[in-house]
Amino acid sequence: MIGNSIAGFLGTGVAVSASSYESIATATGTGLSGTITFSSIPSTFKHLQVRVLGRSTYAGTQDDFNIRLNGDTGSNYSQHALGGNGGSVGAFGAASQTLGGSTNYAWLPGATAAASIMGVSIIDIVDYENATKYKTMRGFCGADFNGSGSSNLWSSAWLNTAAVTSITLLTNSTGFFTTTSTFALYGIKG
Amino acid sequence: MAAGATYEPIATQTLASAAATITFSSIAATYTDLRLVLTCTTSSANQLVYCKLNGAGGTAYSNTFLVGYGGSASSTRYTSQAQFVFNQPGNGTSTTVPMFYSMDLFSYAGSTNKTALVTASENINTVNDGVYQSVQLYRSTSAITQIDLSLSGGNYAIGTTATLYGIKAA
Repeated sequence: MIGNSIAGFLGTGVAVSASSYESIATATGTGLSGTITFSSIPSTFKHLQVRVLGRSTYAGTQDDFNIRLNGDTGSNYSQHALGGNGGSVGAFGAASQTLGGSTNYAWLPGATAAASIMGVSIIDIVDYENATKYKTMRGFCGADFNGSGSSNLWSSAWLNTAAVTSITLLTNSTGFFTTTSTFALYGIKG
Repeated sequence: MAAGATYEPIATQTLASAAATITFSSIAATYTDLRLVLTCTTSSANQLVYCKLNGAGGTAYSNTFLVGYGGSASSTRYTSQAQFVFNQPGNGTSTTVPMFYSMDLFSYAGSTNKTALVTASENINTVNDGVYQSVQLYRSTSAITQIDLSLSGGNYAIGTTATLYGIKAA
């Protein structure tokens, strides 16, 4: 069943073998916190991928989350995004941000969204272990509510050459990740 | 850390004869997410690619698209549909150039409604080719055990390949 040359259809576009894409850690929302952190990430992979099935307790239809690397709260992130809400499309860009991701396009269902609807996201962080490069991330995310919702693509740079050892996901509001929210971190070998 | 196979091919189908539908059935609930990769040519050009879950039609499907078509960008939405739709009216499939579609279906065996991220890459060397990124919703909390790929018309041509992968979490 398992071959050594699964075609490279991961978000990174990197050809992988079955054993080169490994689960590092998972987390589940508590309903009491808007923060999820993966820490002590080993430098044994080439790239990282985070897959999110998420929902927020935010008292609205939609929320969002951003990303922080190694706990860096400085203005060291850039954000660019392309988003569509089913009727119009827009683009967003900002330099010197304190978080990565996209603060402009919401896709995480909030408390008033129909029950059991979840938003989803795939985030790739390339060359995360390299100590000589700034770090680049991209995300493909969205949520659909049978009448509203959005489909979004974003990219971010973290202007720091340190190897990434922790990833923190933070809701972009006062909302918390619901107990139905799941987060999975994978390592991709090069 | 969970070592080893977390990204596994579940099944691959390469068509030796034209077919209107490609079906993956008896999908085990042993993974966290599913990933479907389809590269196809079709007997008739400009077809939409459809995807049904568990063989169910009705009106439980919807989607929101982010579209780059020719020289412009747009966003569209379809509500209360009978299936997922991977692409949009415009160029669609080709009889000669393979088009590339992928679907990430999250928590397919979970108890929430099912949400998928879909990409469609359609290029036949014309100005009006397209790239489509969409989020698709299937309002059902049942575990997904079957995926059916079909078209708005005609057949998938010989040589079309569809592969279903399973992704496990730790």
